Amino acid sequence: MAKKIATIPFQGTPQQEAQLLEVISELKAEQGCLMPIMQKAQEIYGYLPIEVQTIIAEQLNIPLEKVYGVATFYAQFTLSPKGRYRISVCLGTACYVKGAGILLEKLQEKLGIGVGEITPDGKFSLDDCRCVGACGLAPVVMVNDDVYGRLVGQAEEIDEILAKYAD
Amino acid sequence: MSEMVNVKINGQAVAVPKGSTVLEAAHAANITIPTLCFLKDINEIGACRMCVVEVNEGRGFRVVAACVYPVSEGMEVLTNTPKILDSRKKTMQLLLSDHDRKCLSCVRSKNCELQRLAHDLGIEDDGYYDGITMDYAVDKTAPHMFRDNNKCILCRRCVAACEKTQGIGVIGANDRGFATHIGSAFEKGLGETACVSCGQCIAVCPTGALSETDFTDEVLAAIADPNKKVVVNTAPSVRAGLGECFGMPIGTNVEGKMVAALRRLGFDLVFDTNFAADLTIIEEGTELLTRVQKGGVLPMITSCSPGWVKFCEHYFPDLIPNLSTCKSPQQMFGAIIKTYFAEKMGWDPKDIVCVSIMPCTAKKFEMGRENQAASGYPDIDYALTTRELGRLIDRAGIDFTALPDEKFDDPLGIFSGAGLIFGATGGVMEAALRFAVEKISGDTLPAEKLDFKEVRGTEDIKEASYTVGDLTVKVAVVSGLANARKLMEKVRAGEADYTFIEVMACPGGCVNGGGQPIQPASVRNFTDLRALRAKALYDQDAAMTLRKSQDNPSIQAVYGEYLGEPGGHKAHEILHTSYVARKIHF
Repeated sequence: MAKKIATIPFQGTPQQEAQLLEVISELKAEQGCLMPIMQKAQEIYGYLPIEVQTIIAEQLNIPLEKVYGVATFYAQFTLSPKGRYRISVCLGTACYVKGAGILLEKLQEKLGIGVGEITPDGKFSLDDCRCVGACGLAPVVMVNDDVYGRLVGQAEEIDEILAKYAD
Repeated sequence: MSEMVNVKINGQAVAVPKGSTVLEAAHAANITIPTLCFLKDINEIGACRMCVVEVNEGRGFRVVAACVYPVSEGMEVLTNTPKILDSRKKTMQLLLSDHDRKCLSCVRSKNCELQRLAHDLGIEDDGYYDGITMDYAVDKTAPHMFRDNNKCILCRRCVAACEKTQGIGVIGANDRGFATHIGSAFEKGLGETACVSCGQCIAVCPTGALSETDFTDEVLAAIADPNKKVVVNTAPSVRAGLGECFGMPIGTNVEGKMVAALRRLGFDLVFDTNFAADLTIIEEGTELLTRVQKGGVLPMITSCSPGWVKFCEHYFPDLIPNLSTCKSPQQMFGAIIKTYFAEKMGWDPKDIVCVSIMPCTAKKFEMGRENQAASGYPDIDYALTTRELGRLIDRAGIDFTALPDEKFDDPLGIFSGAGLIFGATGGVMEAALRFAVEKISGDTLPAEKLDFKEVRGTEDIKEASYTVGDLTVKVAVVSGLANARKLMEKVRAGEADYTFIEVMACPGGCVNGGGQPIQPASVRNFTDLRALRAKALYDQDAAMTLRKSQDNPSIQAVYGEYLGEPGGHKAHEILHTSYVARKIHF
């Protein structure tokens, strides 16, 4: 599936940029440095928007498309920032059989965003993921580090979970 | 003599140099192994699996990709077994399952490598391939071309041409799996990127996924309009390529038939861009001598190639002062038609439609640039590629190969051999030298001294040094933008002491331009298109008596009757232009 490109404005700080430039100058000389730099960049910014990828391309003197091609190829990179509360719906075999697909659809409806996107207020982001190792609790949803299992996909159930993250 | 390796291909013994691939060995045995992704030197990725063959190196037969698999002594190769044919057919079926298969309305129909191969492999189109397909919007954001990913087979030949041949890399493979598609960073349209419009991606595309913006209907409408004077001019390289559209051997010079065809298409006047190439030499040569004598910015760099000019603006904006301010021959031609010639004929420039036939896609971008409208109307109204002219001729039902040879119209169809060789890398330099040496020394260059062979040939970068009187001129000639980048980095760093540099965006110059007829990989991988097409131009030049731009009587008339002095005020207004610094990123 094609990756979602962020639509909210970039809010990177000068400190973050200084950190990124330092990482790049450290790794730059090594062959195959692009992936490690992108991983560090994502740690610093939480995602890889065009502004960040442009810095990487300029510093490494490679085409921006090269960076973007790698960013969209690997599942570990995201082009969209994550919310304060990152919701992950497990789509592993057991969860999927137990209706995780329907759960994911309901969450999209409720939040008004697609998979890989973030709510306009920056509060929730929604992703799918593969097995989180809690198949006995299928279907499983994680919000940051909290695990919710044996869900049935009712509207009230979803509302109840989201209500816990009111701030 | 390199070491030879003996192999057997379909039972036939053949000896090939060590290090050859199975594909090359098969070619030597007159067997064509089908390929889709492979392009010699630039895209050797073995990805499409169309070239699979069975090889036995003593441990039984197994299937390998012929394009990248090296031969070994005693190797047996089978290229045509049921297993192989079945494998290729299945690969083709998978490709077609996500291809739009709209051959009837495709610009590449009859010249499509995918279509040809599907036919050869015995594919029947009966709905067998219907199913889920990706649905892409066609990218029409660039003025010179479009990309239709619904026809793309992900061979990555365009990506290799952009990144390796041209050193640009504004396109690549985005996303993965079924969603993989060729595009630009952050899915921006090609027109928003630092694409230079060279069209080398189109020239290597095996399908109809990439093609030039087509102006043929607009040109036909202009010809049919009784109130319009439609004047056409043809670039040097078109005559060296057009015949390929009609099955003629590569390197056939079809100048006479091309003129005859243009007349039969209904153009009011058939002129030659070579005339404007001669004009360029006088203006650019004068500019160079002025810069040398008055301490202007050196090295001066040619500005005939609009792909190169745009490349310079994006990637070397600091070298813009080095670019000659001369318009390209195409634009000079249009400017002269709508000023000098219009006045001479008593025509209103608004009624003139100036069409150029170019081996180039960047000319479609160039005609819309700022400061390219000497008469107040655009110098050029439509720039067509050689391929579009081929399509116009087909559409009109003209039997091209049976046409008689005809001559260009006077007076702007008169040209020198110097103008003609603009089409090959080194040609502009040689033409300029024929002018400059005479101008500096004040003596007439004899016929036997007109060949400056040091700047000819298809090497990436050529250098030469000439001393005339007490002046030494050091020159460099480069083609292909990846090569140009290397040279410009030296210029930027102050490590090069050239006086004059010729740059052509396309490798080998305009004869190998992005608008020339498309040869399939089966030909490209084993033929030097650049050298064969260039030879057509050099042969014609050698046979001419008029070989110096400054001897062209029409050029003398244009200056005498209208422009005044070369490099003078009026010449500047009409024949010179300006450039802008552009960004690389968004």
